Amino acid sequence: MDIYLPIAGLSVNILIIIGLGGVVGILSGMFGVGGGFLVTPLLIFYGIPPSVAVASSATQITGTSVSGVLAYMQRGAVDVRMGLVLVAGGILGSIGGGFVFRWLQKGGQIDTVVALLYVLLLGTIGGYMAKEALQTILASRRGHQMPFQRRRHHPAVAALPMRWRFYGSGLYISPIAPFALGLVSGVLTVLLGVGGGFFVVPAMIYVLGMATGMVVGTSLFQILFVTAATTLVHAVTTKSVDIVLAILLLIGSVTGAQLGARIAARISPEWLRLMLATIVLLVALRMALGLGWRPDEIYSVQAG
Amino acid sequence: MLTVIRALICLLLGVTLTAAGEPQLVPDVSQRNVEIRYSFTGAELLLFGAIIYPDALSRKRDADIVVVLRGPTNSIIVREKQKIGGIWVNAATMRYRSAPSFYAMASSRPLHDIVGERTAAIYELGVGNLQLSPASNEATGEETDRFERGFIDLLKRASLFQESENGVEITDGALYRAHIRLPARVPVGHYSAETFLIRDGHIIAAAVRDIEISKTGFERFVAVAADKWPWTYGIAAMLISLLSGLGAAALFRRL
Repeated sequence: MDIYLPIAGLSVNILIIIGLGGVVGILSGMFGVGGGFLVTPLLIFYGIPPSVAVASSATQITGTSVSGVLAYMQRGAVDVRMGLVLVAGGILGSIGGGFVFRWLQKGGQIDTVVALLYVLLLGTIGGYMAKEALQTILASRRGHQMPFQRRRHHPAVAALPMRWRFYGSGLYISPIAPFALGLVSGVLTVLLGVGGGFFVVPAMIYVLGMATGMVVGTSLFQILFVTAATTLVHAVTTKSVDIVLAILLLIGSVTGAQLGARIAARISPEWLRLMLATIVLLVALRMALGLGWRPDEIYSVQAG
Repeated sequence: MLTVIRALICLLLGVTLTAAGEPQLVPDVSQRNVEIRYSFTGAELLLFGAIIYPDALSRKRDADIVVVLRGPTNSIIVREKQKIGGIWVNAATMRYRSAPSFYAMASSRPLHDIVGERTAAIYELGVGNLQLSPASNEATGEETDRFERGFIDLLKRASLFQESENGVEITDGALYRAHIRLPARVPVGHYSAETFLIRDGHIIAAAVRDIEISKTGFERFVAVAADKWPWTYGIAAMLISLLSGLGAAALFRRL
């Protein structure tokens, strides 16, 4: 069953795209990540032009994250003040990222930069996650608990001027730190088509020192608004948002997310994190190999 | 098919009555408008027509037919990847002012048996004879050749450049037809189907028909909206995504 994607300009198998969304949805339901880091590379492997893959994946994440945000807000697990600072940084970052994207596209280097960033980010974060999860699992095997680490923010964050109180997160820090974090994640959203959860969540815990109960909800809150802004940025600058592609992915991912949430309830969190780390590392490895291997196409054509 | 044959017979009868000194071509195409719809996976075009001779004598010496279907030309940048520091990156570029986005040629016999190189070059018969007009003037001849080969090879494998020797079938020296397959990724725009009647290496008659390939219906609406009203399109895409996310969540809560 084929369907023509009006912006990508090619026909795709409808079931493959929905299935792809479904797999990613399962992962996002299991691990609480947006799954953009998986969708975008897979769409590119499938033959969707990179800019369309990145832009439409951001659009899809908006739809996948909205129900999660509402659920977390009802439980009071979103620090709205912190979220808004992150969103402000994120929107600015996505606008700036839009220009960077256009510039790289004109120079023909967008594919390489996207792949390099993926390898770098996923490799680092996947590595850390795997190490931590393994340590926890090994420690509990030996029968003793991991030494409790006192929550505190990074010294560089403490040194920033103009402190605000973030009651939800239990923090008294300068808003510049979360703003900068939002800025970076906004740039990444535009360039890579990721929500940035896999990057913002660890940063909130280890750099800002936020209360862990608030982290996932606040990160989702930020992802919702920043991916929405990114859709707009891509629609205006690169004109590569394919709404048909986004909806197909969305159908799969919202369904998958329900399944994933049920699976996650039966597996212990350490194992979940180890599994996520493995997937993240595999994607990074595939991307790294793709950079080094002789590509199928040496030549490429671009309108100019 | 039947209507095609009927149309041909009518044409044939109509034109033979008003015969002039030179042979004439009466070409047609199976579709003047190719519409790209929701499940477009490509299309088959039939280029056909009749060869009208003024007198019965000249018909005895067989002539050849070459048909060329040409898509809109664009200015493009071709990039070449090279391995730098262990990774493959786009390292070299070549700019072309007018490169066809689609080119298909079919002939009744191998091209080099029909026309000389000069004629083939003048009429741009065959993929190798396309005038790509590179805009980078400092490029060496070797470089130009390499890029041209790479570009042609890329488009050939995407079926955007096609050559089919023996792709034209001539019946009784009077009717000809050729099938050209349009791939799913065929670019939209204005196409021209040229037909050449060739004898002894000379083009003795030529005719052109126009074909329009366009997106229609919903696909066209989306493509136009994204291009003409990017802000509205972006906001709409955002809202659609939000609402379908909310709708799906509400649905699952009921289940």
